[in-house]
Amino acid sequence: MGRYILRRLIFAVPTLLGISLVIFAILALAPGDPLAQFAADPSVPPEAREQIRESLGLNDPWYIRYFKWLTALFRGDWGYSFASRVPVLDLIAQRLPQTLQVVGVAYLVSILIAIPIGIISAVRPYSLFDNLATTFAFIGFSVPTFFTGLVLILIFSVRLNALPFIYDSTLRVTDWETFVRQVRQMIMPVTVLALFQTGSLTRFVRAAMMENLPADYARTARAKGLSEQVVVLRHVFRNSMIPVVTLLALGVPTIFTGAIVTEQIFRINGIGELLIKSIQNSDTPVVMAITFIFAVLVVFFNLIADVLYGVLDPRIRYD
Amino acid sequence: MSEANPSVGNTSAAPTTLGGATLAEVARPRRSLWSDAWRRFRRHRMAVAGAVVFLLLAIGVIAGPVVWHGDPRKIDFARSLQPPSRVHPMGTDDLGRDVLARVMLGGRVSLSVGMAAMLIATTLGTLIGAVAGFLGGSVDSILMRITDLFLALPVVPLLLLLIFLFRDSLRRTFGAETGIFILIVTVIGALNWMTVARLVRSSFLSLKQKEFVEAAHALGVGELTIMFRHILPNTLGPIIVAATLGVGAAIITESVLSFLGLGFPPDTPTWGRLLYEGQNFLDFAPWMVLWPGFLIFLTVLSINYIGDGLRDALDPRSRL
Amino acid sequence: MSQQRIWSLMAAVLVGAIALAACGGAPPAQAPTTAPATTAPASPTAAVAATAAPAPTAAPTPSAGRGAGDTLRILYWQAPTILNNHLAVGTKDVDASRLILEPLAAIDPEGNFVPMLAEEIPTVENGGVAQDFTSITWKLRKDVQWSDGSPFTAADVVFTYEYCADPKTACTSVAAFRGIKTVEALDEYTVKVTWEAPNSYPYQVFTSQRGAIIQKAQFEDCVGEAASTAADCQAANLAPIGTGPYKLVEFKPGDVVIYELNERYRDPDKPFFKRVELKGGGDAPSAARAVLQAGEVDWAWNLQVEAAVLQQLASQGGQGNLVTYNTANVERLLINFTNPDPALGDERGQLSQPHPFLTDLKVRQALALAIDRKAIAEQLYGPSGYPTCTFLWYPPFAESIADIFKDCDQDIDEANRLLDEAGWTRGADGIRVKNGVRLSLLFQTSVNTLRQKTQELIKANWAEIGVETELKSVDGSVFFGSDPGNPDNIGHFFADIQMYTTGAPEPDPTAHLCGWVSSAASQKENEWRGTNNMRWQNTEYDALCDQLRAELDPDKRVEIARQMDALIVSDVAMIPLVARPRVAGASKDLQGYNPSGWDSELWDVANWYK
Repeated sequence: MGRYILRRLIFAVPTLLGISLVIFAILALAPGDPLAQFAADPSVPPEAREQIRESLGLNDPWYIRYFKWLTALFRGDWGYSFASRVPVLDLIAQRLPQTLQVVGVAYLVSILIAIPIGIISAVRPYSLFDNLATTFAFIGFSVPTFFTGLVLILIFSVRLNALPFIYDSTLRVTDWETFVRQVRQMIMPVTVLALFQTGSLTRFVRAAMMENLPADYARTARAKGLSEQVVVLRHVFRNSMIPVVTLLALGVPTIFTGAIVTEQIFRINGIGELLIKSIQNSDTPVVMAITFIFAVLVVFFNLIADVLYGVLDPRIRYD
Repeated sequence: MSEANPSVGNTSAAPTTLGGATLAEVARPRRSLWSDAWRRFRRHRMAVAGAVVFLLLAIGVIAGPVVWHGDPRKIDFARSLQPPSRVHPMGTDDLGRDVLARVMLGGRVSLSVGMAAMLIATTLGTLIGAVAGFLGGSVDSILMRITDLFLALPVVPLLLLLIFLFRDSLRRTFGAETGIFILIVTVIGALNWMTVARLVRSSFLSLKQKEFVEAAHALGVGELTIMFRHILPNTLGPIIVAATLGVGAAIITESVLSFLGLGFPPDTPTWGRLLYEGQNFLDFAPWMVLWPGFLIFLTVLSINYIGDGLRDALDPRSRL
Repeated sequence: MSQQRIWSLMAAVLVGAIALAACGGAPPAQAPTTAPATTAPASPTAAVAATAAPAPTAAPTPSAGRGAGDTLRILYWQAPTILNNHLAVGTKDVDASRLILEPLAAIDPEGNFVPMLAEEIPTVENGGVAQDFTSITWKLRKDVQWSDGSPFTAADVVFTYEYCADPKTACTSVAAFRGIKTVEALDEYTVKVTWEAPNSYPYQVFTSQRGAIIQKAQFEDCVGEAASTAADCQAANLAPIGTGPYKLVEFKPGDVVIYELNERYRDPDKPFFKRVELKGGGDAPSAARAVLQAGEVDWAWNLQVEAAVLQQLASQGGQGNLVTYNTANVERLLINFTNPDPALGDERGQLSQPHPFLTDLKVRQALALAIDRKAIAEQLYGPSGYPTCTFLWYPPFAESIADIFKDCDQDIDEANRLLDEAGWTRGADGIRVKNGVRLSLLFQTSVNTLRQKTQELIKANWAEIGVETELKSVDGSVFFGSDPGNPDNIGHFFADIQMYTTGAPEPDPTAHLCGWVSSAASQKENEWRGTNNMRWQNTEYDALCDQLRAELDPDKRVEIARQMDALIVSDVAMIPLVARPRVAGASKDLQGYNPSGWDSELWDVANWYK
């Protein structure tokens, strides 16, 4: 296993280089313009835009820009944002806490809800509970987050006037009162995200459990006289975790990229919001940094998932 | 070992071909995999209900316009934002167009995009995941690194690039509507196979160590047969779940594409687009949003129950 | 989860797009696009300007003097990313920096100059503007201090010029600095700008939105490339020291700006609020909800929301008012005079390839006549649009809103008659044909709900006269981008008709009108960057532009501008659809605002009170 991990880590370097090259090429070749906001505005005439493109280095061919980007990266320089002219890492650092807070909490909440619901649904398939859970899961999944967000705002902010829908990112939690304010402003975004994620996660847990409940080892365990509870929780559950762990591990990097729609609806200054704005503004250094960090996380958590298979199922061998 | 496999091995129907062979088998009096499956599927009440609902939806959007003569594109400001009534059973939108007619027109596009994109994503994901998990070694490494790459791609710029590269040539080759349909379906499918691939691969990793696979090897069964006939049926659960979730995601993704200017021409109403455009009217003309939203939900729900039924029916281990 | 991510990414885009879009016709916005809205210039007179809400117009004296109020909460659905006015990439940045940095003079809604850092407005009469219009001399106020306590002097003004005069600084405001020969300090409080040639608009520099003066001491080492790359300069761009009514407390780029009262502000009675929070992000419809329905903010910028939604929110919300003010912006159709057929390859869109049927004046006239502008303006734009037959819909060119929609009502019969007369006959499918050429159009615009609805209306109108229309919408950041390799932008114009909003950014229309002259045609040779993207060729118009540039008499200038406008309309090079005032939202208790379409919406924020 140790050698396997080492090999995978070494292999990750060319993988990441390849990924960064492809991403860079896509960003460079896709049409867009950092100054498109000044669109048809005659006060920023075409020559001026050209001059600015030149000064941002946008007129070099893309492979030269990639080479420059890569060599700077090796020196630890991630470049600066075209829009705010500050180092990209500063921008990301400023936004990471909000994203981790909101998206991370939502992720935890949905795991905590989905696993028990999935298990119960699988143990009692097509019972009333299962059908209800299924229906809710599918409401959560088939209703886009922009819609649930709007419904919550209309109910809790507009009608009841109970929760704020403009996230105050300058709030610092120092005492009980600010803590309550923080919780209040997190309720709606976390609910929206959790509702969406719980839906599909429940379905996957349920499916995986259903696969394993009739398996031979489960019968054997029952035949040994173990209680159903022990069989389900100790034996079946552990084996069902393999596909679920894949999904969970693959989902962790998305906590970093944030939840773009939800962040936008509630005006949370998270990474997702930064990413989408930067894409719209062709702010290549920022997009490049976020997607590249994301790629690193994807590669890393895929490795973790693979290692976990081995832990969860000793029969899986890596050669 | 699983009792299941022998039975799969015995039947002559390959799970991969749902086509002509099946009918012949059903006709035979002996119980085959497919007649068995059909029998089990029928017993699954929710699945049957799902199939009926889905069929009704499909018939509704295909044949509906024959029965209902509302014009989905006729603008009439005098009738804007009318609540549901006998003249307009689902009300009218802000331009006074009949919501029922728009929903029927949009449903055709949405359902076909959803199904086609789901098929592409699932097929691609299953193939890649199966090959990677079964062969292992460097093939697995390479395929999984490609998966990593796809997971990490920035979707929006990629879409803009694709459209800019292919829209005109597809339009010229296949005509405006078909060309765009192909582009959209391929793009959605090509960007959504990764979850399926990872799931299938992980199932293959654990299944290929199992005794029935070793037994098949020992009997000299070919690799491809083992892969597709013996292992694949055992991974249907997660695949079907991912596929059913994929339909809804594809329907909604399509609306996103429309807003990027990548989708169908702006005057083609699709369910996702109707939902998106109607959202701001939620407080005062809820029918503009609730109908398309409800239909997407109904589609996803019914396909999911069909999927559940199919899984149980096709799963060689379950003996209902 | 990967699926979720993808879809959420895309959805996000959507939200964004919508937002943009929503914006009405505006240009699209958010992102990139929008520009128009942005800068919009605008407005004219109050008369014209229908100020909707109870307009509190500039009440010069707030009820209780400096610092009597608590917090002013402002919401922009685009978030500011930089506070250095000269590096701004969007209106949100220009506006957010305006609380801190000021120009020598602002422009009020009626188009009059209002001295800010200047003692008075230089004119020919008071000797500030040279008789031959080759120079302008500004006298600065002597009582102004930067918020760090140092005095504001002519050196700062000269420095601001030097800063942007260096192309490596990459000022987005460079257009304001064009044609300047020298900027010199005659003494500590007098600055003279000398032009290379007589300039009929001598107020081009150091005024309004892009004329903010930056502090020499703070930016001295930031000229040229260092402006973006040096760490100190990066910090300064985010925290400029200014002379305005507020100074910076905290700025999170792309999120929120927090200001506090500047005790050194020159007017001892202002500003009223101790603190200002300018939050950015989200989309326009939800910004409208925040101010009109939930009352969470005091001011919401640029509510580009469909009329039906906006009116409902305003009437049912009860928490705020809509504030309408005029700009020079007009949503318009541009007609391609060259052939965009992809079969032509490199010759596509070149002047050597005339359009197969849009070169026929009768066809253009028929297209214009068939459009129901009234329905578009009233049903889709509501308070944010007036139907118009002219591009110059503001004083001194137009007297009132009633004036601008005359003689361009929809007339389907006349349009059909023109086409019949020109020999275009209906084929079996109802589409007109002549010599094998079908009247079939590709009509493109940016992605934006309002624009897509306008497209559908126009398509229906044209169907009535036997013209077939294929609709296309392009993402705003692409449509308004200037990337020479991007075939979908307004410069390439590879379609038959396109639609967007633009207008003069300053009260003087010269630069804008002369953007449509024949020589400015957008072609492969100039990398599709010409401003005349219809590729309209009209020698009469070119001559009028030369005349306008040379004429110094204000009345005659107005007359020439009117003639140019009339020529565009009569030759149907562009079809004006909707004159677009801007709409903001204000809470019921906010007073004292007087937003100007020729300047930043927040130009007079020192006067606001509750």
